[in-house]
Amino acid sequence: MPAKALKPKLAVWKFASCDGCQLSLLDCEDELLAVCEAVEIAYFPEATRKELKGPYDLSLVEGSITTPHDAERIHKIRRASKTLVTIGACATAGGIQALRNFTDVNDFVPIVYANPDYIDTLKRSTPIAEHVFVDFELRGCPINKSQLVEVLNAFLNGRKPNVPPHSVCMECKQLGNVCVMVAHGIPCLGPVTHAGCGAICPSYNRGCYGCFGPKESPNARSLGSWFGETMGMKEIDILRAFRGFNAYSEEFRKESESHEE
Amino acid sequence: MRSRNVKVNYLARVEGEGALSIRLKDGEVQDVKLKFFEPPRFFEAFLRGRDFREAPDITARICGICPIAYQMSAAHAMEQICGVRVEGPLRDLRRLIYCGEWIESHVLHVYMLHAPDFLGYPDAIELAKDHREVVEKALRLKKIGNAVMTLVGGREIHPINVRVGGFYRVPTKKELRCLADDLEWARDAALETVQLVAGFDFPDFERDYQFVSLRHPTEYPLTEGRLVSNRDMDIDISEFLDNFEEIHVKHSSALQAVRKGKGAYFVGPLARYNLNHNLLTPLAKESAKTAGLTETCTNPFKSIIVRGVETVLACEEALRIIEGYEMPDSPSAPVEPRAGVGHGCTEAPRGICYHRYEIDSDGAIRTARIVPPTAQNQRTIEKDLRELVPRLLHLSDEDLTWKCEQAVRNYDPCISCSTHFLKVQVERE
Repeated sequence: MPAKALKPKLAVWKFASCDGCQLSLLDCEDELLAVCEAVEIAYFPEATRKELKGPYDLSLVEGSITTPHDAERIHKIRRASKTLVTIGACATAGGIQALRNFTDVNDFVPIVYANPDYIDTLKRSTPIAEHVFVDFELRGCPINKSQLVEVLNAFLNGRKPNVPPHSVCMECKQLGNVCVMVAHGIPCLGPVTHAGCGAICPSYNRGCYGCFGPKESPNARSLGSWFGETMGMKEIDILRAFRGFNAYSEEFRKESESHEE
Repeated sequence: MRSRNVKVNYLARVEGEGALSIRLKDGEVQDVKLKFFEPPRFFEAFLRGRDFREAPDITARICGICPIAYQMSAAHAMEQICGVRVEGPLRDLRRLIYCGEWIESHVLHVYMLHAPDFLGYPDAIELAKDHREVVEKALRLKKIGNAVMTLVGGREIHPINVRVGGFYRVPTKKELRCLADDLEWARDAALETVQLVAGFDFPDFERDYQFVSLRHPTEYPLTEGRLVSNRDMDIDISEFLDNFEEIHVKHSSALQAVRKGKGAYFVGPLARYNLNHNLLTPLAKESAKTAGLTETCTNPFKSIIVRGVETVLACEEALRIIEGYEMPDSPSAPVEPRAGVGHGCTEAPRGICYHRYEIDSDGAIRTARIVPPTAQNQRTIEKDLRELVPRLLHLSDEDLTWKCEQAVRNYDPCISCSTHFLKVQVERE
């Protein structure tokens, strides 16, 4: 281990987001003080007014790129960061605000703002990896705080994070849940969704709604057909199911587009 | 002629992205700008065409700090349209999960975001180096708020269990009982919190505010009530847009809500306390009294004490609900869409959160309007700074800046509640 004076510098950056993923770090009530002993919090404005200059050993990036200014800022952050990890659906897939990507954002602006001229926004909300190299992507809307601690731990010990890419179905099986789709006919994105939440929705008698985005090589086409042909869901509802918090991830995007009228 | 500028390029220990600039000339405040440069996310636009049942999950993503406020306001509005009332144990469970959010959010703000200002630390981590037991206790208290949200909601951030009509799954009596010991500890820790923060040094700063909050005949307001003010207002929530408007000020960064013809107003813990003092529990009332608060408090710096008092109240309310809970037969009331307009307004930890939706007979959302609490406090925050700064000119730039930041943090601003917030040109000198 490096000497005490050489604690790795941690920075937490925000782009378009709800703040929930960085709040996950402050929600690690049992681990927070230990984490702060292992790293130096160099930049984390949600938690501290102290700011240390870069370079930073580890940058956690929350949020998606939606403005010209942010599209430049992410490059500066990348240059100042030895390792860059994105946290959450906004940073890894563009977030719910990527729903603009399916329409013309100029139609959106006047719905919300009285004076559209003052709005400076990009046509698309895009994930960080579309702009700079990302060392690791942690999924979720929001991320799972245990997985966040695992990523920090892996970073501190120079190993790969243990974050399995399999589906939510695996987590259901591990928990011994009865399948909500098979037993109750509730539409569930579990078969195509990345694990990590701990299969919360099926455990609460609800179908998965895809917070963690696509799993490794998902068969979204097959699930979409199942929803329609076997379960009798309307096209608009299948479209909505895939067009959620990870709407702009490639596999979910293609599937939702195939249900457009 | 002497000019002086106070600039905070990135406000720390608030949720979201904001900046502050104050221009002084000959000791006079020329201009105060509270800027929110949170990028717009267009929730009200992309909600159009979505199913009405999706609104609680989607609007939760406006704010990771107070998702329950958005879920509850959205669910209430949709239920109003569909002619459904959620009563009995389901209504109690909604209050319970809201108590969890109040505990979590208030403790986060009191100890991790605001107390460091009073004690002269940059953050709670530095504070922990000198007062580890205080911070450890705070984290345990915060964790109990999160535990309530996790049990009832499935997880603490963006809970998955809230739906239009109720919940997907309701806890058993036994599951809820498991929270009781922790909540009793939390209530006592909250009482200690009130006493601890009451000992801080408070600037002698009071203003004649227009407070606005919900008011319910028998409950301290969380999920329901009429909208009232200390300036002659008592209206149904459906009259919100008749009484309030959002103004797009040219030089400002965001839509600022004002009461029509009556100007700036103040929402959040201090407003709730002043307008509902008689509805506090006896213990919460007693703790406020011991902390030196009277029935009305007009010093915004003392909102930290009121957050403590409301934490006591939230712990007690949670315990009361758990004690009397009987598991309902069904986790939700059936809801069928019908065309119409509905309103929802609930008390987020930082103030009222108003939603209005119009849906069609298939349940597709036609229009959405959301007014988050921080949009409503912006103008009051700016006015505070205009009055405060002239009294602090003897301070060094560093100390003056810090004091101004502290004054902004009095309101626990949540800039990520970004529905209306737009990016501004950053002024260059």
